[in-house]
Order: sequence, then structure tokens, then C-alpha cells
Amino acid sequence: MARLSNLHRVLIAIAIAASIIVPALLPSWTTLVTLILAKGIVVLGIIILLQAGQVSFGHAMFFGLGAYSVAFWGKYLGTGDLLLYIVIAPVVATLVGALVGVFVVRYREIFFGMLNLAFSMVLWSLLEKLYHFTNGADGIRVARPTIAGMAFPPETFQYLLLYITLALALVASFAVQRYLDSPLGHMLKAIKTNETRLEYLGVSARKVLLIGYIISAFLGGLGGALVTVAQQIATPEFAFWTKSGEFVFIAILGGTANAAGAFAGAAMFEIVRFLAAAKLANAWQLILGVVLIVIIMFAPSGLIGLLKRGAASEGKR
Amino acid sequence: MSNVLISARGLKIRFGGVIAADGIDLDVLEGENLAIIGPNGAGKTTFLNMTTGYLRPQAGSVSFLGKDITALPPRTITKLGVARAFQIPQLFLEQTVMENMLMSAAARTGQMTGFRRLMDLPERAEMEALLDLVGVRAFADRRTFELPEGQRKLVDIALALALKPRVLLMDEPTSGVASAEKMGIMDILTNALKQQKVSSVFVEHDMEMVERYASRVAVWSSGKIQIVGPPSEVLQNAEVRAHVIGI
Repeated sequence: MARLSNLHRVLIAIAIAASIIVPALLPSWTTLVTLILAKGIVVLGIIILLQAGQVSFGHAMFFGLGAYSVAFWGKYLGTGDLLLYIVIAPVVATLVGALVGVFVVRYREIFFGMLNLAFSMVLWSLLEKLYHFTNGADGIRVARPTIAGMAFPPETFQYLLLYITLALALVASFAVQRYLDSPLGHMLKAIKTNETRLEYLGVSARKVLLIGYIISAFLGGLGGALVTVAQQIATPEFAFWTKSGEFVFIAILGGTANAAGAFAGAAMFEIVRFLAAAKLANAWQLILGVVLIVIIMFAPSGLIGLLKRGAASEGKR
Repeated sequence: MSNVLISARGLKIRFGGVIAADGIDLDVLEGENLAIIGPNGAGKTTFLNMTTGYLRPQAGSVSFLGKDITALPPRTITKLGVARAFQIPQLFLEQTVMENMLMSAAARTGQMTGFRRLMDLPERAEMEALLDLVGVRAFADRRTFELPEGQRKLVDIALALALKPRVLLMDEPTSGVASAEKMGIMDILTNALKQQKVSSVFVEHDMEMVERYASRVAVWSSGKIQIVGPPSEVLQNAEVRAHVIGI
């Protein structure tokens, strides 16, 4: 059970193949696939917190922090390097995550969710109002960074960014899956089912949750940096509560039991949005809304849960 | 010869109009199985709650091996060597019995890691042996919510034993268990305690269990200790027979 199941091997193979083949056949989808992978990294953080039964409605705060770390670097220090960005952004998010985490891990459920929301809205207001530094709602344009000191033309850069994001997504999902299978990961689940008993084993539930929170902040910052580089802009929207809601939405869509759900959900979400936005203008929210209702009612363990169920019934035949 | 493990002095607590502890003085000695008996609402569970840090007494103090633990939280008291099992089994229901046990082992040994699989911890064999000792090894890979009540109680106690405590406090270890199984469970339990050299305190309603398994009995009555002594003496006491046993 703890080892990689065949289903997971297949999913990983599909993810890698899709990330390489799709952009080769459909160059216009390159950025889309990058966004799917980058958002999947952020959603991994949501999945970590959901293990403990906690929903953060403010996780866009770390996504925004990652994005603006990149944007500010570009604005004040000159265009940086992609490899620098993917270190700086998560570090900033992690530091803020540790600070905010100390407060929020004292609370549970609705209070946890709302306190996160409050912190994220403080960041959003600052990004909106400190116009002099942030350009307000216009956001900050992010120039194409170098990669390991080398400048690349836009086409090549797109592909390189995709492959780097793919590599990071793979490392992040393996690391998160290992973490979820570890003593600390299991203790997160124990917070959900019986926090009092966990304390009676001599464990500080707050400390266990804080570690999870900090990891999820790190992932949020990393995903934010990648998205902002892919879209070449950072706006206060990145830290807005609807963005936080989007991450929770994707987590539930994909399934919260393991790391694979984050990417399945992100793929579904972004592809529906991409296709529907082109053909049905603003109806994409409606379509995603219906999809989510169907998932919650008929497949509460998400897309990955559906696949698992399918694989299990195949196995019985 | 007998070391004092837990020492309670003058414990007082009241909930509104109910006085649940009204000056409790009690020592728990090394190597004993101390039974706590008394009518419902006499404050037996409250005593366990105060000695493990779940409730803070309004007056009085609790010490463990001479160290004052009155104001400490449960997790710190647990780490010192006082473990607790519950009347209603308190398990992690989404996880298997072995995963439950290994979390306890990880907590004891301080393996709070995110890099190593829980199921790969070196304590796995030790936990298997412990599950064997309490007779639930066959359920190791089952999720705890699938287990019958009696087995769940044993897992609950095994979780506490996995902490290798000096003393184990148990709240009605045989309640909710079919009376035919009670004796079997208590046999398993006292055997396990003896093997692990764990002293114990257990709240019990069944006088047959008390007579058979306790080395000392304390009788609770409206927040006070009425009498303490060996079972043969206490269970023959006329007042105890009238008010607690109901003969």
C-alpha cells in the first residue's frame, strides 16, 4: 500500500508523456501544460492540510508571495535567473508561512480557514494599495528570465520552462507522497481523527500541523513563481480569495487522498477553462461548477478515487 | 520497597454545583494494580483527568517521581512516563492497527520525520510482539474502525503500552465488553502489564474483576476517598458493601 501502486505508475507515465507530447503536437498548449503542473504543485500544499482536516481559504497568499518575489526582483534588481527565482520565491513563502503558521495552527476548521483568509486579504490589500511599489491592480510585468545565465528565444524558453516545471512537479509529488506516508504525515491524519489521543501519545498536534503548514507555504511560493514566469505578470489577483478557493476546488476535484490528485484536478480544471473560455466565453465557471457538484455527489474521493475504483473492478474480473 | 510513582495531594475541583474532587490524597506505588471503585459521578474519571493534565485541579498538586506535574499538559506528562487508556477506545480510525501502533512508537522514540515511511520504522517487530501480547496481532493490517469493540479496547491499551510507560491509567478497561470476554481481556492485560513492568491504576465497576486483579483498592464517594486497602479487606467493609457494591 505504501509502495507505488500500478495505478500510480501509469498516472506518472501519462503525466510525463502528456507534458512532452502535447506541446510538441499543439505548441499553443505549452503554457497551459506548464500552468497545470505549476498549480498542481500549489494544490499539493492544500492536500497536505486536508490530511489534518483543515481547509485554508487563504493559500493564495503564498502563491502571491511567490509571484511577487519574482516580480519585485525583476522590478528592483533587474531581470533574474529562473533558477534563482525558484529558490527565492519558496524561501520567502516559507518564512512568511512559518510566521503566519504560528498563529493559525492554534485554530481548527472554520476558524483556521477564516484566519487564513484574513491574512491573505491583508496581503491582497497591500498589493492593491501600495501602488507606488506594486503598480496596484495593473500588476507588475515580469520579463523573461535567463536560465542558468543563458538567454533563450521565447519559443525555446516556453519548452524549457515546461520541462523544468515538470521536473519540479515530479520531485514535489514524490517528496509529498513520502511525507504523507511518514510518521509526520500519519500524525497529520491523526489530528483529523483524534487530536486528543495524539496529545496523549506525547505529540504536539500544533507542531505537527505547523510543519505541514510550512511545507504547504513552500509549495505555494514555488507554484506562484512558476505561474508568474509562465504568464509574465504578477497581479494582486494572485493573492485574492477566489484564487484560494480555486486551489481548494482543484484539490477536491482531483481527490485529496494522495499527491496524484493535485495534478489530475489541475489538468481537468485548466483544460475545461481553456476550452470553454474559447468557445463558451463566461460559461466555463458554470461547467466547472456542475462538474464539481457531480464529483462531490458521485465520487467524493475525486478523479483519482474514480480511477482507483475503475482499476479495482478491472482487477476483480 | 515500594516506590511512590504518582502522588496526589489535596486535589479539589468543582463543576458548577458538583464537587468532583474534594481533597483527594492518594499515592500510586510501583508494581501495584490499583483499582478505583465507587458509584457513578463520584469523580473517578475526573481523578484520571487531573493526574494526566487534561483538567487542572483548582487546588492541590500532583507529582510524578517527585516532580510536580500539576500544570503540565497531557503530552508532557505522557513523555515523563504516565500513559492513559480510555473508557471509549480513542484510536485513529482512518489508519490500520499497525499504523496506530507505529505512531505511538515514533512518538516515544522521537522519530518525528517526514522522510522515512512510517511502516519502515525499526520498531515494527516490537509492535508486532506487543500486539501479540495483547492478542490482536491478527488485526494488525485492518483499519481500526473495522474492529469489534473488545479488540478496539485492547488496541487502545496497546497504544499506551507502546509508549513504555512507568504507570498506565485505565478507565474501565472491560466496560463495553461482553461479560464472557471480560476475564480473558483482564488476564491478557495483567499479563502484559507484568511483562512490561508497568504499574497500573484502573477504574472498574465489576467487583469480580477488582477482587481478582487488583492489589489495592481505593473507594471513591462524592469526590472523596472513603477507604483504601487490600481488596480482601475493602470489599468486606460493611459501608462499601452497602453503598458501592449494593449488597
